[in-house]
Amino acid sequence: MASGAAPKVELRSVKKRFGSKVVLDGLDLTLGRGESVVVIGGSGTGKSVMIKCVLGIIRPDAGQIFVDGKDVAKLRGRAREEVLRQFGMLFQGSALFDSLPVWENVAFGLIQGHGVSRAKAKDIAIEKLGKVGLSPDVAMLSPAELSGGMQKRVGLARAIAADPQIIFFDEPTTGLDPIMADVINDLIINTVKEVGATTLSITHDMVSARKIADRIAMLYKGKIIWQGPTSEIDSSGNPYVEQFIHGRAEGPIKMEVRK
Amino acid sequence: MNVFAAIGRVFLTFLGETGRLAEFTWHAVTGVVRPPVYWRLITQQMMRIGYFSLPVVGLTAFFTGGVLTLQIYNGASRYGAENFVPVVVLIGITRELGPVIAGLMVAGRVAAAIAAEIGTMRVTEQIDALTTLSTNPIKYLVVPRIVAAVISMPILVAIADSIGVFGGYVAATESLGFNGVMYLNNTIDGLKYDDVQSGLIKAAVFGFIIALMGCYNGFHSRGGAQGVGSATTNAVVSSSILILAANYILTSVIFSHG
Repeated sequence: MASGAAPKVELRSVKKRFGSKVVLDGLDLTLGRGESVVVIGGSGTGKSVMIKCVLGIIRPDAGQIFVDGKDVAKLRGRAREEVLRQFGMLFQGSALFDSLPVWENVAFGLIQGHGVSRAKAKDIAIEKLGKVGLSPDVAMLSPAELSGGMQKRVGLARAIAADPQIIFFDEPTTGLDPIMADVINDLIINTVKEVGATTLSITHDMVSARKIADRIAMLYKGKIIWQGPTSEIDSSGNPYVEQFIHGRAEGPIKMEVRK
Repeated sequence: MNVFAAIGRVFLTFLGETGRLAEFTWHAVTGVVRPPVYWRLITQQMMRIGYFSLPVVGLTAFFTGGVLTLQIYNGASRYGAENFVPVVVLIGITRELGPVIAGLMVAGRVAAAIAAEIGTMRVTEQIDALTTLSTNPIKYLVVPRIVAAVISMPILVAIADSIGVFGGYVAATESLGFNGVMYLNNTIDGLKYDDVQSGLIKAAVFGFIIALMGCYNGFHSRGGAQGVGSATTNAVVSSSILILAANYILTSVIFSHG
């Protein structure tokens, strides 16, 4: 790769506040080409806001967001849609369109964003459903008829349908039983490897994080307070990381619980 | 507790809300003329907004026409002016009651449904999902509904007008002893293009208001089931009030010369 040195996605001192609540407080994060980064952190630390800033769903107050070396933070309309064409996203609650059958959900980005014909998009959708272990007869069902785990898989199929270069996973295993969670982890690893995509996942499921991450970063109070290779997570020497990965109520991170 | 601070805060919230609505309306209106146009969604929404509103609008129009006839007869007969009943009913229905009754019924039915649907899509992140799939949610969700409502409402009101007049005819001939042929002849003689047209213009405006308020409230709903619930209520209340206010303004503009 000629431009191998440039990171695929880079966030530079991104700031975002809602009213008086500071959510992102100068966040820096870099995703290398083909790298799988997992951002861990408690609920309400701004993980989802970070992802939505990169996607342009939320406009950051300050900072820059580079995709392939180009600042996309202020792009709107057509230019933004152009950038989003190389992204795929798996939402926490799958966010499937319940007015459309499963195959149209998977094919949606192909038909609307990439101008693929409906017939061809349907074939691709069925092929992608196969990749996540769903049979073609699922394609005609409505999302409401599926279990949570199946919905997640359809969401994954939709995220990879257009062969994106960058895929975001928002809590991919939350709300699933441990076995289904591991199935999803495997699917993420396999499908991503096949597409060769750069991925950013946010989770508080450490089993999942260890399995899918090349590198783990911890978000706390709107900043990345530690990052390193997955193998070093147990020897981070950072008391916040220690507390989080072992799930202790006592430690430097104070939960706002009224006694 | 500072009274001025409280008033100021309410005023600022109001200004903020007005600004957001204006911006939303701008995106929705400009979205109509910018490609892509989702024809399939427009026809689908026309079915849901127009066709499926026919029973409720038809029934209310029928009874409204009937009761209007009974009351006008009541007043007119005091002066021996029974012959004017068909024309007054016709004008009342086509100019005011047809569009307003249809508008309010559709506001209750459709604005609520739109707000609930789009509100649920908002809280389940389906609207964000549209964005990540390179689809502009305003163009995909809002524009088809507005276009469908603006086209459907005049058609709906034209039908409501006919059924309302028919309701008047039934009341007049069944309860008041009018001669059917004479009633119809009087109605046809009194039929003026301007009266019908003014009602249809109102209908299109009401359609716009209904779809806009449904979409706007749904789009900005927050926080789960309760948020969707209040978005639905707000959609119905605000569209009903705006319909009545717009009706007053339109009436004074359209009939200002005469």
